[in-house]
Order: sequence, then structure tokens, then C-alpha cells
Amino acid sequence: MNILIFSLILLAGAYVAGLLGSLTGLGGGVILIPLLTLVFHVDIRYAIGAALLASIANSSGAATAYIKEGITNIRLGMFLEIATTAGAVGGALLAVFTPVNTIAILLGVVLIFSAAMTIRKKNEHIEQTGSPLAARLKLNSTYPTATGEVAYKLKNVVGGFSIMLIAGVLSGLLGIGSGALKVLAMDGAMRIPFKVSTTTSNFMIGVTAAASAVVYLQRGYIDPGIAFPVVLGVLGGAFTGARLLTYINARTLRIIFSAAITFVALEMIYNGFNHQF
Amino acid sequence: MNIFRKMLGDRDIELFIGQVLRTGVITACSIALIGGIFYIAQQGAASVPDYSQFKGEGADYTTFRGIFQGVGRGNATEIIQLGVLVMLATPILRIFFSLIAFALEKDRMYVFITTVVLGIILFSMFGGLKI
Repeated sequence: MNILIFSLILLAGAYVAGLLGSLTGLGGGVILIPLLTLVFHVDIRYAIGAALLASIANSSGAATAYIKEGITNIRLGMFLEIATTAGAVGGALLAVFTPVNTIAILLGVVLIFSAAMTIRKKNEHIEQTGSPLAARLKLNSTYPTATGEVAYKLKNVVGGFSIMLIAGVLSGLLGIGSGALKVLAMDGAMRIPFKVSTTTSNFMIGVTAAASAVVYLQRGYIDPGIAFPVVLGVLGGAFTGARLLTYINARTLRIIFSAAITFVALEMIYNGFNHQF
Repeated sequence: MNIFRKMLGDRDIELFIGQVLRTGVITACSIALIGGIFYIAQQGAASVPDYSQFKGEGADYTTFRGIFQGVGRGNATEIIQLGVLVMLATPILRIFFSLIAFALEKDRMYVFITTVVLGIILFSMFGGLKI
């Protein structure tokens, strides 16, 4: 295969990954790594480098729209980024000492977890009391709904912060945005309405990924021949996905893709155990 | 009245941060696209490097110096890496602008929080963690 054909196929593959990532809410990165490793037989380290870039592109590209709508809680994002960036740097360090097959297995597990999270029951409950710590940190805010601005409060800041630390480590170790864990921390522990938690999570992914990507770039994980088709493809796919989401109900799609992704994840785990990476 | 002014200020800053992110991504993608087109034009017919074996990239692709020198020579691959650098710089720049924004608002607590985040990332960049 020559470089032209490879780049075009990779571009198309990354486009599909971005599209599915956006429709399922999983993000392009998680789909990209199995695609690169299982289909293109790219070493998982190059795949991780490319996926981190794709996560940053996705996060930064989508954030603009969400911020405009006023859904993103920027103070909350900033505060939790202490946990995710510290975790991401730790994860990137840990990656050196982690065998590649272990990374593949871990990634498979996170994929299955993420797939399950996309079909979870979403938190639409609006917390009214909140905790004193949340108030002191000025994390309580409002967000726009069809019926006007709604005020919400947060609780369990420490619990949410701790899960964010783990999300950061996984993000740095596996090269993914780990949006599912971020949403779990905000939605599950801190009781934030899911619209706020998904957009704030997306907002944070760029910074989290950048914290470990600067280490990976210096380590030589980012190859230009893979980087350019991947970034352009994923971003294009995510853009199309965001457009499509306003027309179609993604619920059924989500379930189908989640099932498909679980199979892919099982293959990653299987290959990992058989030392095929 | 005061609270309204404060909210308006907050909102302007948020929109500005959103704009920074968008501009960064568009710039990074455009550079990567230009580099990619040159790359394919020059080397499209060559066979694909063996990506199944991890070798790690050399200094040309992994250091500021290497990337900028390559761009100076007009190398396609280094132009792509420059796009990568801009992509990585975008969220970092966003934090930097957030820091200024919180400082203008005299929100000391968030100036501190933002400084910590920025510090972690700068440590990650220059802390020699590549091993």
C-alpha cells in the first residue's frame, strides 16, 4: 500500500470514528484506537498519540458551541481540571512502565464501561441544597433549558474530585478523553444535570488530553503520517455527527453502537491476553 | 445592578474563551491539511512506513527546534507537526486566557486554581518527563 491510499483510507476511517463518537457520545478517541490497532495494525503507542490529538480537536471544536449556549460550567471545569491534569501527567508517566498488552486490556475494559454509560439513565434531577464546599468554591450555577434559566447546586465535591483523578490517570495512560468517567463523577457523584456534566466534561477533555499529549509528543508517539488524516477525519466526522444529532433520535443508534463497541472491546482484551500488541 | 454587570462580564469572557478554542482548532487543522497535501504530493507514491513496529519519532518531530527547522526547510512532515503543536497549544492558551479573565474579575480563588492547572501542564511540558 502506498502513502496516498493509506492516508485516504485512514481519513475515511477516522471520519467514521468521529461520526460514531459524536453520535454515541463516546468521543472519537475511544473508537479510533481499536480502529488503528485492530484494522490498520498500527502499534498501540502511535494509536494513543493520534487519539489524544483527536480528543483535543473534538473537545476544542465542540466547546465553542456549548459555551455560546451557556451550558458549560467553566469554574467547575477549571476546578476539576486540577484533578484531571495531575492524573493525566501521572498516567503518562505510568505508561512507560506498563506493558503494551496491559494497556490494550485496560482500554477494552474502559470501552465496555463507556459503552454501558452511554445507555445509562441520565440525571435530570436538579439538586437544590448542595454542599457548603460547593458554595465556597462557587461551583453552583445556572443553565438554560426550554423553560428558562435553571439554577442547580452541587454536592460531594471531594468524591467527584477523586473520580476525576482516576479519569485523568486513565486518560493519560490510554490516550482517551475518558468522558464516561468524567460524566460519572459529575452526574453520579456531584449530582449535576446531565446536560451540564456532558458539556463541561467535553470542555475539560482538551486540557486533560493536552497535559499528557505534551509528554507523548516528546516521547515520539505522534507520527505526522498518522496524525494528519486522523485529526482531519475525526473532526470532520464529529462535525457531521453534531449536525445529524439535531435531526435524528440517537437512542437506538446508541444501543446498537454500544453493543458493537463491546464486541470490539472484547477483541482488544482477547488480543491483549494473547500478547498480540 | 452590580450583579448584572458581573454576569455580563463573565459571559463576555466565556465567549472569548470559546472563540480562542475555535480559532486554535481551525488554525491547527489548516496547517495540518497544508502539510498533509504536501506530504502526499511529495511522498504519496512511496510505500507506507511500518507502523506496526514502534520506533518512536526523532528530534525532527518531537522538539520545538526540530519542528521549526523542518518547517523552515519546507518539509511536509514538520509542517504537519507544527499543526500538532498548535493543536496542543490551544487548550493551554485557553487556560492562560482564563487566568487573565479571573484576574480581571479579581477572583483570587480561581486565579489560584487556574495557576495550579497551568503549572501542572507547564511541568508536564518542561519537566523532562519523556524518559
